[in-house]
Amino acid sequence: MTKLISQRAIASLLSLLGLLVLVFFLSRLTGDPAALFLPIDASEEMKAQFRALNGLDLPLLEQFGRYVWDFLHLDFGQSLRKARPAIEVVLEAYAWTLPLALITMTLVVIASIVLGALAAFNVGGFFDRLVSIVSLVAASAPDFWIAIVAIVIFAINLSWLPTSGVGTPWHWILPIAVLFIRPFGLIVQVVRGSMLGALSAPYVKTARAKGVRNLPIIFVHTLRNAMLPVITVIGDQAAAMLNGAVIVETIFGFPGIGKLMIDSILQRDFNVVLAAIMVTAIAIFLMNILIDIAYGLLDPRIRH
Amino acid sequence: MSNALLEVRNLSVDFHTARGTVHAVRDVSWSINRGETLAVLGESGSGKSVSASAVMNILDIPPAQIIAGEIYFEGQNLLAMSNEQRRAINGKRIAMIFQDPLSHLNPVYPVGWQIAEMMTAHGRPMSEARARTLDLLNRVGIPEPHNAVGKYPHQFSGGQRQRLMIAMALALKPDILIADEPTTALDVTIQADVLALLKQLQAETGMGLVLITHDLGVVAEIADRVVVMSQGQIVEQGSVRDVYHAPQHAYTQKLIGSAPGKGQIKTLEPDLPLLLEAKALCKTYGRFTALKDVSLTLARGQSLAVVGESGSGKSTLARAILRLETADSGAAFWKGQDLLAMSPSALLGVRRQIQMVFQDPTQSLNPRMSVYQLISEGWDIHRLMPDRNQRQMRVRELLEQVGLSAEHASRYPHQFSGGQRQRIAIARALALEPELIICDEAVSALDVSIQAQVIALLDDLRERLGISFLFIAHDLGVVRDFADTVIVMKAGEIVERGPTEQIFSAPSHPYTQRLLAAALDPDPDVQAQRRLLATAQA
Repeated sequence: MTKLISQRAIASLLSLLGLLVLVFFLSRLTGDPAALFLPIDASEEMKAQFRALNGLDLPLLEQFGRYVWDFLHLDFGQSLRKARPAIEVVLEAYAWTLPLALITMTLVVIASIVLGALAAFNVGGFFDRLVSIVSLVAASAPDFWIAIVAIVIFAINLSWLPTSGVGTPWHWILPIAVLFIRPFGLIVQVVRGSMLGALSAPYVKTARAKGVRNLPIIFVHTLRNAMLPVITVIGDQAAAMLNGAVIVETIFGFPGIGKLMIDSILQRDFNVVLAAIMVTAIAIFLMNILIDIAYGLLDPRIRH
Repeated sequence: MSNALLEVRNLSVDFHTARGTVHAVRDVSWSINRGETLAVLGESGSGKSVSASAVMNILDIPPAQIIAGEIYFEGQNLLAMSNEQRRAINGKRIAMIFQDPLSHLNPVYPVGWQIAEMMTAHGRPMSEARARTLDLLNRVGIPEPHNAVGKYPHQFSGGQRQRLMIAMALALKPDILIADEPTTALDVTIQADVLALLKQLQAETGMGLVLITHDLGVVAEIADRVVVMSQGQIVEQGSVRDVYHAPQHAYTQKLIGSAPGKGQIKTLEPDLPLLLEAKALCKTYGRFTALKDVSLTLARGQSLAVVGESGSGKSTLARAILRLETADSGAAFWKGQDLLAMSPSALLGVRRQIQMVFQDPTQSLNPRMSVYQLISEGWDIHRLMPDRNQRQMRVRELLEQVGLSAEHASRYPHQFSGGQRQRIAIARALALEPELIICDEAVSALDVSIQAQVIALLDDLRERLGISFLFIAHDLGVVRDFADTVIVMKAGEIVERGPTEQIFSAPSHPYTQRLLAAALDPDPDVQAQRRLLATAQA
């Protein structure tokens, strides 16, 4: 188990390094930040000064060397826009995205596992059909559209909830609800499919022949076996959320990492983009290790 | 209403499948009392498990549907009870064990928990269940029960897993135990142990035992009465001895007649030219020794059986000879040429001459290829017989040679029965006109009546075409009928070798003696005598 996880960790670290290289050079291809950042009538002198100030006049390789060195100290330089350390700006945004992702995924996981498992147990029945239709609609609904319609209904027409921003718990309801829909639809379907397979497994027959009640058969005997493919999808969806829900955060004016990233890209705020990408990568890296541990905890055959 | 503890009366069950309705069982009746052992005997697809599944309420409904009949337990119709009432009976009053304990135990929970759950599911406190679990593990002969409770099913051997299943089933001292092919996946010596354990436990608890099996030997060893099923119907029932010695129904007669191990023993003709020779082959996987100094010779037209239990290295031997596996040391010669040093192109030529037939034709035949494609594929690989018409004619010939017909060529494997599929696999091997066919448990998965036919077919090919056979098997009866020479393997080593006659009549190595003693004879009297002898010796 420890060996498995350390192997995975090393592989992930290598890809993290690859990402470091890739991101740096790709971001230098999108245009000159001096031209974008300074007013359109800025003199060449001002631009040169700006470049010198931010180390943009150095040879590319030297810029990269510095960047790697700084990365190892978790120093991503100053945000060009906000005149503060980039890492600070990013971590601040993460402080919003992390709870949003955590709350949403917790709700998604609980709801989809319970509904998917029960649907599989009543396969072909009314409840199963209902869950199948709802999950199909949820999995295919475009979130930008849902977000806007939700604002129109709940914020404008009914005036129950604020349209955007943060501040009160009420502000969280719409972003969470909209973010919930798609992963929920997807994971319900995976749980249902995986449970269908597991419910026809021979050990379920044994449990029934033992006289075990239905609920423990579903949630104790079968679910744990059915969780392995589900964990993979949960990890995938959680990673997408850690990346920042760009559209949802933008629509709801939610100051998370997704919104920060898109803003920084539009403003050529390299340091923030780099910091955001690397911090996100580290977060996903940590989450993958969590998933590997979850695999091991669920299935003793992986552990031994 | 009868006085039997459990009675199945006029049960009919249909399965509604995509290909139409299948009458799984029709009008089946049997009954059992405490202390009795009833065997339900039948081949695959005979519906022998269906009535037991109906008793346990584990039929999948749909596709199954109970059309008619009643199942009485202590005079109460189980089929008229609520699910909750039946749940309370399952495990506590009537328990069941299954064929493949690895897949019937939950892979992600410790076995101790799974056994204890039998008790907690019926309202016993956890502390009591834990204590009793240790007793049970002790009783069924699992070493170090304190350690074993925390282990998972995959950490036990096949025989131990079945012991665990038995411990679980007997936790609440049920009145009836239903055992569905409990020893089919086990080696003969382990099978003997498990059957002996079941008998002891039955004597201790006085439970009734319903044994579902396809194996006449198991019936002879353990049952009092037998119900013979064919195509969903009971064709005959009675005491085991009566049914064996005076079978009334044609099907029972055929079944008993095809039991292996009764035919004339073959002898090897002397002075046949040498075909294959292996010298001191060794192969290890990590710390596991699969082959240790294995040497053998095989002459043209000879049928050499390699006998041994699982893990004895039989299949590795075949794979090493075919160079599907590289031996660590040793040598092998095919008609004097060094097999292990051969160039890839020369090896391709030899591989045409040595063909293999595997255990499970369902898995060894590509389901997306038609029979014609399956049989003719070897010609593509070896660039033989480019002419299409000639190919079609030859495929037709081959199909007829193995007892199928020409119009089968366009069909796909799933349209055939297990025995027919194995015939296709044999036709595929024959297409390349091999000089040696390696059969790796080639008849193990087949029903006895079909097994007998396939053995007869192989024997016929050997006689008419002079093909040699390396016949890997664990079933001694089949080996006795087919081979002229036998090699006995244990833990990667050859422990005994000799003419079939000698191995079966005067085995010298203790392991061979144990194997032969553990093999079950279909004759209940022979089995009874052996039991007497064994107790006298003990």
